[in-house]
Amino acid sequence: MKKDIFKIANKFLKSRLIVGTGKYKNLRETANAVKASGADIVTVAVRRVNILDKKKPLLMDYLNPKKIHYLPNTAGCYNSNEALRTLRLAREMGGWKMVKLEVLGDKKTLYPDMIETIKSTKILVKEGFKVLVYCTDDPLLAKKLEDLGASAIMPLASPIGSGLGIQNKMNISLIIKQTKVPVIIDAGIGTASDATIAMEMGCDGVLVNSAIANAKKPIIMANAFKNAVVSGRLSFLAERMEKKYFATASSPKKGII
Amino acid sequence: MAKIQLNGKKIIINQKVSLFDLLKKHKLDKKKVAVELNGKIIPKQLLKKKMILDKDKIEIVHFIGGG
Repeated sequence: MKKDIFKIANKFLKSRLIVGTGKYKNLRETANAVKASGADIVTVAVRRVNILDKKKPLLMDYLNPKKIHYLPNTAGCYNSNEALRTLRLAREMGGWKMVKLEVLGDKKTLYPDMIETIKSTKILVKEGFKVLVYCTDDPLLAKKLEDLGASAIMPLASPIGSGLGIQNKMNISLIIKQTKVPVIIDAGIGTASDATIAMEMGCDGVLVNSAIANAKKPIIMANAFKNAVVSGRLSFLAERMEKKYFATASSPKKGII
Repeated sequence: MAKIQLNGKKIIINQKVSLFDLLKKHKLDKKKVAVELNGKIIPKQLLKKKMILDKDKIEIVHFIGGG
């Protein structure tokens, strides 16, 4: 079998699982979960420093950005200007060019605002960013993002933090079939089998945060996801058997007594 | 004295203080933060040169856990 290579914007990656670093009890748990997940990319948020509390522990003290790739995210941004500001600050912080763009449109569903997302993608690509774009599962809009130069298309499985898994398999399949850059399922994954399903369908990767952080035992769940993504990918590469309407016996008829 | 806004909070600082001095005062490593002065990102190498003036609005950000 040919070596299975996973590459985003010329960056070779060992794991097809990307994990978020939000919602954990503390930074130690975050670091342990990331380690158990085997991910080599983590998403991070850009926020104000707490100037009143000088002793507050820093994410960078627990997750070394030299060892694990930080993917700055624009979570919490509701328009293009906020998202651009956030990512430009992120680039200044550590020279990160590979970023995750997420422009939200509605506080209740956290559904992406695709008009603002498209606008931002255009500008970021021009500024030399490698943009991984969180988007709706609309194949037309996904194509538009790819044409604009997105480095990865990241459709939602279901709303952020909902844990409902892939709700519209047909749309995700259409996006997988038409897209040449990596397709990474982002948002809505609830448990390890959801990640396996996404990978079996042919997604290039999966991004998970809540499903790990909100599990009762996050470190064990991180390990479950690591294996789920590997299983799903292997299953996809193995090309599953054909589905049939009726049974087919597993044992030969010849020699029946 | 200069009245400035730092991360949304109004504070008073001495005059002739650079952005770099401000980071030092708050025990912040310049490698781990990014600084915005009146809406403009200030590259790390210019932090020592940029003196803080009255009514400046400064934002210092860093990375935290997120999805």
